[in-house]
Amino acid sequence: MALGIGCTARPGNSRNNKTGSWRVFYPIMDTEKCTKCGTCQLICPEGCINQNPDKTYSIDLDYCKGCGMCAEECPDKAKAISMVKEEK
Amino acid sequence: MTMEIMEGSIAIAETVRLCRPQVIPAYPITPQTHIVEGLASIIADGRLDAEYICVESEFSALSACIGASTAGSRVYSATTSQGLALMTEVVFNAAGMRLPIVMGIANRAISAPLSIWNDQQDSIMMRDSGWIQLYAEDNQEAIDMHILAYKVCEDHNILLPAFVCFDGFILSHVYEPVDLPSQELVDEFLGPFNPYQKLDPKDPISFGMYATPEYYMEFRYEHDQAVHRAAEAIKKYGKEFGEMFGRDYSELVVGYKLEDADIALVAMGSICGTVKDAIDEMRADGKKVGLLNLRCFRPFPSTDVAKALAHVNTIAVLDKNVSLGAKGAVAIEIKEACYGSNIPVYDYILGLGGRDVRKKDIKKIVELAEKGEGDMFYGLREEVL
Ligand code: SF4
Ligand code: SF4
Repeated sequence: MALGIGCTARPGNSRNNKTGSWRVFYPIMDTEKCTKCGTCQLICPEGCINQNPDKTYSIDLDYCKGCGMCAEECPDKAKAISMVKEEK
Repeated sequence: MTMEIMEGSIAIAETVRLCRPQVIPAYPITPQTHIVEGLASIIADGRLDAEYICVESEFSALSACIGASTAGSRVYSATTSQGLALMTEVVFNAAGMRLPIVMGIANRAISAPLSIWNDQQDSIMMRDSGWIQLYAEDNQEAIDMHILAYKVCEDHNILLPAFVCFDGFILSHVYEPVDLPSQELVDEFLGPFNPYQKLDPKDPISFGMYATPEYYMEFRYEHDQAVHRAAEAIKKYGKEFGEMFGRDYSELVVGYKLEDADIALVAMGSICGTVKDAIDEMRADGKKVGLLNLRCFRPFPSTDVAKALAHVNTIAVLDKNVSLGAKGAVAIEIKEACYGSNIPVYDYILGLGGRDVRKKDIKKIVELAEKGEGDMFYGLREEVL
């Protein structure tokens, strides 16, 4: 992809420019442990945790910045998200 | 050619009118004030069809320039010193967004201590911002460089903003004869602004987006390349300018009695006039002294400088600025350009905050350079230290 002059972007550009690249840790969700409380979706500052049609949740790692807030806020009884170091 | 005696600032305002900017956001600050006052009058009198935006600060002035430029307008602003400092964030954005904004800089010292008088510290501190920087020796050059700057900046192969720098008060407030080109010629030279890309609700685009670590460096590389390319564009359009207007700008460095010189003085801006007079007198005394006038500081014409100075024995750089803790900025660049040539480069920081530089000072500096004494603040008043 050639760079546009002057950092311009067209609508929908974020589909190409994924922002998850500078992450150091990334979250893994254990769907078995998840109680589907939705806290992580509410708390994620990047809005990259989405509810699936079957009410389960998934994390879009293309845009996750690895802040760990989802893992921190996942309730004690579930502790369904853990942060894992990126291997690059 | 009809010469008219005009104040520098008014001559610049009239030249900007000839360039037909559509939007002029500006904040008055000494010694730039007469330029924006002049432009406000020109627009109020209906002599230029443009939007004049009275902004509340220089930060807003350049921000409005960015907005108007992205919307597809040719824009102009002018500033100096602390005003330019207040714009800093926006200066870098305008350059990174590759907007062909032309801004006049009436060079002035930087606070503190407060000084409204001339040196070149303000534009020099912006040397790494990615703007083209042209330096005028007299008001005629300040006029011509404004027209030339638009031509270079708007070239789709360049797309950069430019400072046209002229010494505050020494040029901005001085009356001298100038040849103001005709509207027809300027129209023919510049043509209407043809933006490479612009804001358009029918074809949406965002400017100045962010770049992740995967792309940021490439943007900076492209920007750097564009600034380097500007050197050739200035030469090309400077030659065209010469053919149309009779004053040639095809060289980024101009020598004066340099061909057979043993000692070369290097300077930028209005000081070059004094240096030339001093050289004439020194030549009459049999001293082989010459001048290299840097018309362009960014892009820095390293190859041209090295070529022009290859035959001299000594180089004395007159710096109206200082990179505190290092040297004068021009001397640093000259040293880099002449690296490997073994020609000694001495730096003289002088004229800061409006301190006069006279012919006798230039002669004294040549004497110091001959003795190998340099890299100093020249003309310090020891009794107050
Ligand atoms: S680590 Fe942060 S950004 Fe990534 S999914 Fe969790 S809350 Fe969102
Ligand atoms: S916060 Fe934890 S338990 Fe709640 S939905 Fe998210 S992963 Fe599941």
